[in-house]
Amino acid sequence: MSICNKAAIVGIGATEFSKRSGRSELRLALEAVTAALADAGISPADVRGLVTFTMDHNDEHAIARSLGLDEVTFFARTPVGGGGGCGTVALAALAVAGGLADVVVCYRAMNERSEERFGAPASSGYGGEGGMASSWDLDISWSQPYGMATPAGWIAMSARRYMHEYGATSEDFGRVAVAARKHAATNPAAWFYKKPISLEDHQGSRMIVDPLHLLDCCQESDGAVALVVTSLERAKDIRQTSAVITAAALGIGPAQVGVASHYRQDIGGAAETAVVAKQLWRQSDLTTDDIDLAILYDHFSPAVLMQLEALGFCKPGEGRHFIQNGAIEVGGRLPVNTNGGQLGEAYIHGFNGMAEAVRQLRGTAVNQVPGATHVVVSSGTHVPTSGLILTRA
Amino acid sequence: MAPPLALPTKGRIRPAMSTDTVFFWEGAKRHKLLIQRCTSCGNLRHPPAPACPSCHSLDWDTIEASGRGRLHSYVVHHHPPMPGFDGPAVVVLVDLEEGTRLVSNIADVQPDQLCIGEPLEVFFLDQEEGWTVPQFRRPISPDQRNPDAAQ
Repeated sequence: MSICNKAAIVGIGATEFSKRSGRSELRLALEAVTAALADAGISPADVRGLVTFTMDHNDEHAIARSLGLDEVTFFARTPVGGGGGCGTVALAALAVAGGLADVVVCYRAMNERSEERFGAPASSGYGGEGGMASSWDLDISWSQPYGMATPAGWIAMSARRYMHEYGATSEDFGRVAVAARKHAATNPAAWFYKKPISLEDHQGSRMIVDPLHLLDCCQESDGAVALVVTSLERAKDIRQTSAVITAAALGIGPAQVGVASHYRQDIGGAAETAVVAKQLWRQSDLTTDDIDLAILYDHFSPAVLMQLEALGFCKPGEGRHFIQNGAIEVGGRLPVNTNGGQLGEAYIHGFNGMAEAVRQLRGTAVNQVPGATHVVVSSGTHVPTSGLILTRA
Repeated sequence: MAPPLALPTKGRIRPAMSTDTVFFWEGAKRHKLLIQRCTSCGNLRHPPAPACPSCHSLDWDTIEASGRGRLHSYVVHHHPPMPGFDGPAVVVLVDLEEGTRLVSNIADVQPDQLCIGEPLEVFFLDQEEGWTVPQFRRPISPDQRNPDAAQ
C-alpha cells in the first residue's frame, strides 16, 4: 500500500506565538485544533484521529474529551522533539490511507519559553544506585557530565566538524539566519516581525556554544499549531485548496544517539535527513528541480546547510555556496523558510513551518512564492526525523 | 595568555547508569578507561549497548583503552551556565586509537589553540561526590614528566 497522494492537509490553525502565553498548553492545543477545523470547515464531531509528539504534554484523550468526541479510532505519536513534526502527518496519512480514520488532527502545543526551556541543561535521569534510567537518559549521560547538555551544545559539536571538513565559516551559518530574519521581518505572525538582522549583527551576537552564536539558535516560544488531514475524496468538498501529501517519510540514521549522534562515522551532516530524503524522492517520483520552496528545520542555522545537502539540493559541504546571493530568499532559486522559520517566526517544533507550506500552496503566504506547486518540508536533524513533500491540489 | 580553564571536581551533572553501562563508570573510578567488546566477534563499541551491532551477540566483556586518541571535534559551551563549571566548558570529542569515540573535557589548553586531529591522552579526575570522569590533555612528553632527564 502506498500512502502517496491519498490524503491532504486541508486545515491549519495556530495561536499567537509569544514568550508567555499565559494559558495552559492544553488550552493552546484546543485553540489551534478548533481553529484548524474551522479553517477546513470540518465539524469537530467528525474527527476520528489525533496525532502528536511523545514530548507533547497534552494527551490525545484530553483533546478528545474537550472536543466532545465520543469515538476516536486512531492515535499515535512520533518520537523525540523536532524530528517528529512531519512524522505526525505521515502517521495521519497512513491512518487515512489505511482506513483507520478519515479525519485526523495533528497538533503540537507548548509553553516552551514560559514553562519549560529546552535550552536549559537537561536533567540526567540520575537516580543513584538502582535508579531507573531510560535509554534517552543513558544516551545523553555520555555528554552531560562534561558540560554538554543542551541542544545547542550537541549540534555545535557536529557544526564544528562540518566547518573543519568543508571550510564552512560562522558567516556561512549567519547567512542562513539573516535570510530567515528577512522573511520574518515581513510576517506579522513572526516574533521578529519588522526586526531583520545583518551579518554584522549575527557575528556580534554572543556565543552560546562556540561555534554557535545566539543568532544561530532558534527561539524558545509559547504557542500551538494544528493541521487537519483527510482523504483526497473528502478534501474535494473542502473550501480550502488542499495540500496533497505526495510523500511522507521517517528516518533513523546510523548510530543514532538522541540529539548527539557523535559516534557515527560522519558527524558533519544530517544522516537521518538523508534516510528521509531517499524515501521522499522515491515515493514522489520528483526531483529537487521540481521543488518550488523548502521548509527546513532550523533549530540551529548550520542544520539548514546540512539538510540542503542531505536532501540533494547540493553536494555535501556545498550548502554554503548554494545559499549565496539570496538563493534561499523569496525570489531566489530555492526560497527556504518563507515564514521566517524557527529562527524568525517561532519555535513550535516545526509545526509552524508545515502550516507555512500549506499557505504557500494555497497562495496565501505573506511572503508568497509565485506559483508554488511542490514544497519539501523537513524535521529536526540529529534526532530520529521525518519529512514531507506537499503538492498543490 | 588566559589562565587554563579549571575542570570541575564537584557539581557536574551525574550520569544515569544501567546494568549495561555501569562498568564504564566503575572503570573510571579505578582510573581505567574501558571499552565494551563483543566476545563473539571482537567488535568494540561505545556508547555501551546490550547487543553487538555487527553480530547481535549479547555476550561482551571490556578491554582497557590505551588512553591515547585524537581530537575529532570540540565546542566551547558558554551559555547557559553548566552545573559544576565555573565558566565556559571546553567539550571535546575524542577518537580513541582503538576506534571508538567519546565525549570529554580537555585540561590546560585554551580552546583557540585546539587543533582537530591533534593527539590527546586520558587522565582521571575524581569528583567529590565519589565518582570519577575521564578527561583529556595534550600528551605529556617524557621530558616534561621529568625535567631533570632533559638536562
